[in-house]
Amino acid sequence: MARIGVFVCWCGSNIAENVDVVEVARYAATLPGVVHSVDYKYMCSDPGQKLITDAIRTQHLDGVVVAACSPRMHEVTYRRTVATVGFNPYLFEMANLREHCSWVHENKAEATIKAKNLVRMMVEKVKQNQPLYQIQIPVTKRALVIGGGIAGIQAALDVAAGGYEVILLEKDPSIGGHMAQLDETFPTLDCSQCIMTPRMVEIVQNPNITLYSYSELDALEGYIGNFTAKIRKKARSVDITKCTGCGVCQQKCPAKVPSEFDEGLSTRGAIYVPFPQAVPNKPVIDREHCIKFTKGKCGLCEKICPAGAIDYNQQDEIVEEKVGAVIVATGYDLLPKDTYAEYGYGQYPDVITSLQFERLVSASGPTNGELKRPSDGKIPQKIVFIQCVGSRDASQGRSYCSKICCMYTAKHTMLYRHKVPKGEAYVFYMDIRAGGKNYDEFVRRAIEEDKAVYIRGRVSKIYLQNGRMVVRGADTLIGGQVEIKADMVVLATAITAPKGIDKFAQKLGVGYDLHHFLSEAHPKLRPVETNSAGIYLAGACQAPKDIPEAVAQAGAAAGKVLGLFGGKNLCREPIVAKVNESTCIGCFICQKACAYGAIEMKGLKDRKGNVIKVVASVNTGKCQGCGACTATCRSNSIELEGYNDQQIYAQINAIGFTND
Amino acid sequence: MSLPSEVIEENKNEIKKDWQPKVIAFLCNWCSYAGADLAGTSRLRYDSHIEIIRVPCSGRMDPLFILKCLEKGADGILVSGCHPGDCHYATGNYYARRKFATFRKLLEFCGFDLRRIHFSWVSAAEGAKWSKVVNEVISQVREAGPIANMYSRRENQL
Repeated sequence: MARIGVFVCWCGSNIAENVDVVEVARYAATLPGVVHSVDYKYMCSDPGQKLITDAIRTQHLDGVVVAACSPRMHEVTYRRTVATVGFNPYLFEMANLREHCSWVHENKAEATIKAKNLVRMMVEKVKQNQPLYQIQIPVTKRALVIGGGIAGIQAALDVAAGGYEVILLEKDPSIGGHMAQLDETFPTLDCSQCIMTPRMVEIVQNPNITLYSYSELDALEGYIGNFTAKIRKKARSVDITKCTGCGVCQQKCPAKVPSEFDEGLSTRGAIYVPFPQAVPNKPVIDREHCIKFTKGKCGLCEKICPAGAIDYNQQDEIVEEKVGAVIVATGYDLLPKDTYAEYGYGQYPDVITSLQFERLVSASGPTNGELKRPSDGKIPQKIVFIQCVGSRDASQGRSYCSKICCMYTAKHTMLYRHKVPKGEAYVFYMDIRAGGKNYDEFVRRAIEEDKAVYIRGRVSKIYLQNGRMVVRGADTLIGGQVEIKADMVVLATAITAPKGIDKFAQKLGVGYDLHHFLSEAHPKLRPVETNSAGIYLAGACQAPKDIPEAVAQAGAAAGKVLGLFGGKNLCREPIVAKVNESTCIGCFICQKACAYGAIEMKGLKDRKGNVIKVVASVNTGKCQGCGACTATCRSNSIELEGYNDQQIYAQINAIGFTND
Repeated sequence: MSLPSEVIEENKNEIKKDWQPKVIAFLCNWCSYAGADLAGTSRLRYDSHIEIIRVPCSGRMDPLFILKCLEKGADGILVSGCHPGDCHYATGNYYARRKFATFRKLLEFCGFDLRRIHFSWVSAAEGAKWSKVVNEVISQVREAGPIANMYSRRENQL
């Protein structure tokens, strides 16, 4: 026979005003199984809590119902209270007499009847409750960071600073990402490489960090605290333990390939280091363009390498790493260059993208920082910058704002004027979005001090007149058409999610949005977590971001990882699904219903070790306790602890007997 | 579905003056339950003849819960969860919606007055919507009348 205690709270007058609490307590005492029922002014106060703990001891209660406010308010408080006297906190339930009753109903007689019903339903539920215990999950205290741009680098350094091992994965031959390509950065105009390269060097010098460059993630298995990452180290064709990084090979290589780092504005060899400050500063052979690999001849690099480091027969290598948490920092791409034909990209050599402009003005760029236009090497006297190329264009399927273009275009006009003091910069814009610390001031500076001319309107076409480009567009503020003769046109092309990121996200079990940016667990309150526990986001893989934001988010993701690694084990609420293996028929419909991949297959064996039946098994590390599986199971073999069928049916069965 | 007018007439006659409906609501913990809490903190008054059962997610809803409620004398049912796309558990509310749509048809086929069976999306921020939904649902259930009448009518027919 149950021994239930019911504790009815007045909440001062909040409940007592509209509900006859004394009558509710009297009624509760008459319910079968209730051995103790009291009312009190403030049940959450110290004396109120003592009423509960004393009754648990003296009355030997095996279930407690507190009829008070919303469980979303004080469930945690009372669970702690009952636990202080060794009472299992999951044998406690709350009836919501305040938010769902006294505060919303005026007629005291009706509200009192409802309050009685709510208490009765909870008494019946609590009779079905079973003691539950917090789930302890061991955690491998090593992190995997995917992507070696500024976000990934920052996240790796921050986790390593907490004293934990980090594995940093970069698909390209060098870390650095897009930030390494930039010239100066807004809003301070400090040189990107000056602040970036020391960070890159820190990565290799930090004893807690293992860098896998030119490597990709093949598969990620497991769950929070217990992942296994299969990493494919792509064949570099260079033995980096032997290579000294002297660079002779790339100087002599006869192949000419457009440089990715210089956005196609210069060439590199087939064996190459992407840029002089690359980390690691070891070359890689691009087999697609290498004459040895494509035609079977050449082999020059092997002949001249003083260290004998060239290895044409090197194969991809798969390594497995055990990690407890994953930070995804896979960054962004730019819109494919041929998307907007009306702007003449590819048709006119002097129409370039913003990233190409960065390379042209960069001291480490193809022109050593002299601004020479690609067609004839002349210094452009007039440049037109076009914003929102592909951004905020729902007709092209990209309704979002790329966020950084307003700022970098303002920066470009300044850099241009600093290099060409008499140069004229025109900017076609839709809106100037300069939210951020010192951002609007920066744009004002571009306009007021560096004399950039901002024209509010879109460009309709670019055409040639007497061999010179003419940009035709609307000026919506004067309400007319403008035509500007330009020596060079710079397109602020949209930031897009990297190609193939959807497949990658599926590999990780992470969601992505319409535009393939990865989805955070909650847009406001859980901005760096994903719906897959133990996997976090940093940087532009989640949405377009500038450097300060990417760095901040990387730090936040690292903070989440450090929080996870800080405890001995990972503690979880025991509200998870549980399989009855004797009745499970192994149909695995639950597996399809589970949004978290928490249902696994488990073979039941006889004494000889033969598998006699395959049943579902819940991975409590992944299960989030939604109960979708429970409601889907055909044989009623999977139950959600805390909300199991008996508990809910007990409440339903108690709905009758009203109006007494 | 609308019932034949003679049934509605018959129903009106059968409803006793002091009869009050009983509606059982299943609310997901994260959106609608919190929305109902907000209606409370905002002191938005609504009809008291609704009692709430908390579930972690509307996806936890087994259609049999609804059947059991109706069997136990509930005159109306409301299931409410997070708005599409806002599910705390990513997809639970879609499961709930699909199941509910199918099950509602089955109940209709079995002769249940669909004014008794309701589904809504109420977010944690929509206290006002919650009180509105409750009042609408209860007024429809009042029109449908006591479920006991429906059962006794069935028995008479048999």
